[in-house]
Amino acid sequence: MKIRHSIILGLTLATALTAGATLAAAQEADAPPRQHWSFSGPFGTYDPAQLQRGFKIYREVCSNCHSLKLLSFRNLADPDGPAFTEAQAAAIAATFQVTDGPNDQGQMFQRPGKISDTFPPPFPNDQAARAALGGKLPPDMSDLAKARSYEWGFPWFVIDAFTMYQEDGPDYIHAILNGYTDPPAGFALPPGGQYNKYFPGHAIGMPKPLSDGQVEYTDGTATTVDQYGRDVAAFLMWAAEPKLDARKRLGFQVMIFLIVFSGLLYFTKKKVWYAVLHDPELEKPRAPTEYKS
Amino acid sequence: MSGHATYQPQSPFMKWMERRLPIASLVYSSFIAYPTPRNLNYWWTFGGILTFMLGVQILTGVVLAMHYTPHVDYAFNSVEGIMRDVNYGWLLRYMHANGAAFFFVAVYAHIARGMYYGSYKEPREVLWILGVILFLLMVATGFMGYVLPWGQMSFWAATVITNLFSAIPAVGNSIVTWLWGGYAVGNPTLNRFYSLHYLLPFVIAGVVVLHIWALHMVGQNNPTGVEPKTEKDTVAFTPYATVKDAFFVGLFCLVFAYFIFYIPNYLGHSDNYIPANPSQTPTHIVPEWYYLPFYAILRGIPSKLLGVTALAGSIVVLAFLPWLDTSPVRSANYRPLYRQFLFIFFACVIGLGYLGSQEPTGGYVIAARILTAYYFAFFFIILPLLGLFETTKPLPNSISESVLREGVPIGASAPPPGGRG
Repeated sequence: MKIRHSIILGLTLATALTAGATLAAAQEADAPPRQHWSFSGPFGTYDPAQLQRGFKIYREVCSNCHSLKLLSFRNLADPDGPAFTEAQAAAIAATFQVTDGPNDQGQMFQRPGKISDTFPPPFPNDQAARAALGGKLPPDMSDLAKARSYEWGFPWFVIDAFTMYQEDGPDYIHAILNGYTDPPAGFALPPGGQYNKYFPGHAIGMPKPLSDGQVEYTDGTATTVDQYGRDVAAFLMWAAEPKLDARKRLGFQVMIFLIVFSGLLYFTKKKVWYAVLHDPELEKPRAPTEYKS
Repeated sequence: MSGHATYQPQSPFMKWMERRLPIASLVYSSFIAYPTPRNLNYWWTFGGILTFMLGVQILTGVVLAMHYTPHVDYAFNSVEGIMRDVNYGWLLRYMHANGAAFFFVAVYAHIARGMYYGSYKEPREVLWILGVILFLLMVATGFMGYVLPWGQMSFWAATVITNLFSAIPAVGNSIVTWLWGGYAVGNPTLNRFYSLHYLLPFVIAGVVVLHIWALHMVGQNNPTGVEPKTEKDTVAFTPYATVKDAFFVGLFCLVFAYFIFYIPNYLGHSDNYIPANPSQTPTHIVPEWYYLPFYAILRGIPSKLLGVTALAGSIVVLAFLPWLDTSPVRSANYRPLYRQFLFIFFACVIGLGYLGSQEPTGGYVIAARILTAYYFAFFFIILPLLGLFETTKPLPNSISESVLREGVPIGASAPPPGGRG
């Protein structure tokens, strides 16, 4: 009964606090709509076809400004990823020019990429990127899907632990790509900025990168910005978390093992303790004088 | 109790060994024959869980250290290399990162259990103080470990926390420069944090040995707070406590594995996947969840020096708990008022944790101040006074009596509080 009072007090306090939080969150960027992802949930896996489409978008659009420094061409042949064949990955690598060297003459030189090379960045250095793009540095995309999130606040952060929601990064990327609208009346857009309703502060430096029909798909998938956003976000999630499939596979085995093992330990514990809990000596009523302090 | 109370070497080799290094008899008396109260509940399994987690952290940490590069230019990429190219590196790293969080889950449960059942009271004061030292060491180790991936949160957490020392009058700034090994958080800072992050877990392991030694001197407390009086009150550590601990370690691992395999980044902050950038401050600098209550205390107080003092005081005060609590009755089960105030205290710490994660503006600051006031009032006003005015419930005469089934006559009530009962 008394515990219940404390719990009620605690809950009242928590509700009062969260009411304030909701109010504060309302003034920031819109919540990105939650998409359906093939890799969500306990058995989710990447869809290689989707990752290949996403890679096509990265290659044709994003890679003009954004680097992907932590990935190598060999990663494209990952069976848990885009699942290109090794020959296809090598062919893709060969279409890139990579700076190598110094050679015997002490000169740096350009050569076609090999499967072991990392993705060459679009600019030789960050300063060159800033100079070319109006002072803003486009973020490296290797970890982007894990480096972006949205603060859902209470009670979502509790619910999300149970629903295994780990896709706030891809949801945010998809939302940004679909969030370019005209600024509302009275919104002062800084020079060089674009209005995006999902971007914190709304003024994003990146011009709207994708429009309907811009990237050609050969598998009949719809060529809409909505679909592009989903595909490239899935690709970037894979780029940031390439071991997701392996992780969930192993996780299922570990969970089964731990459930069985804990179950066995539970019954062992019951058996070991049975004699203690059903001690005939204890069942007999005894006068307190039997105990010495 | 079954078996021998002392170790009897059987084989000629063990007899030979026993006369030279009686390690087998030490293990036997400490972890097999050692008597534990028969009425321990599952809150007493967190000691074993903590030992297990320390082992997990050291093992995964040693392997991670083989692949990690403590340099500002390479640290972030070496961690990413672990995640991408080291065999099962992603598993090791997620185990280690989530393991730190679960280490703190276990230590908070362990501390809460100690507070509820009065485990810090005479004769367990030294045992308790060693525990507070362990907690401080964990806080330091966890913080330095968080800096190592050298992401945005790593860098800025290091900056904010080391800057706290600048609040110390006169020598503050010199101390901060000395901690940094330079005039800003940089490569020397990362190097020394790495060195200390590798060192401190072994210091923790050493203090754990002292903690267990002190425990075995005074024996375990139990849910009644009444010391064992006869052999009937205790059971042998093995198999009774071992199997119970093992079962709960299994359940704990189940939750731990759920986080590692299904929501590995749930407890982390997305900004730490952005490489450290000294020229760009993140919108919100937030510590890991397990430091949030203390962070809220720090930010709630307008004066920096007072805030830092309160932050340090909020942990150090725990060491004085045995003397601040004036009641001779240990277990909150027999202290109706203390139990009330303690639950409010736990709710207050959770509330502070929530406030620590929010921006320090308006109502949040006021709420944080109210909760901070209660936090300290609990230790300095409520606890000393409660012991003087609280009417406690009658204690059972012994542990065995307390576990008797309902309906069996219990006999006279306990002797008046004050003795070792």
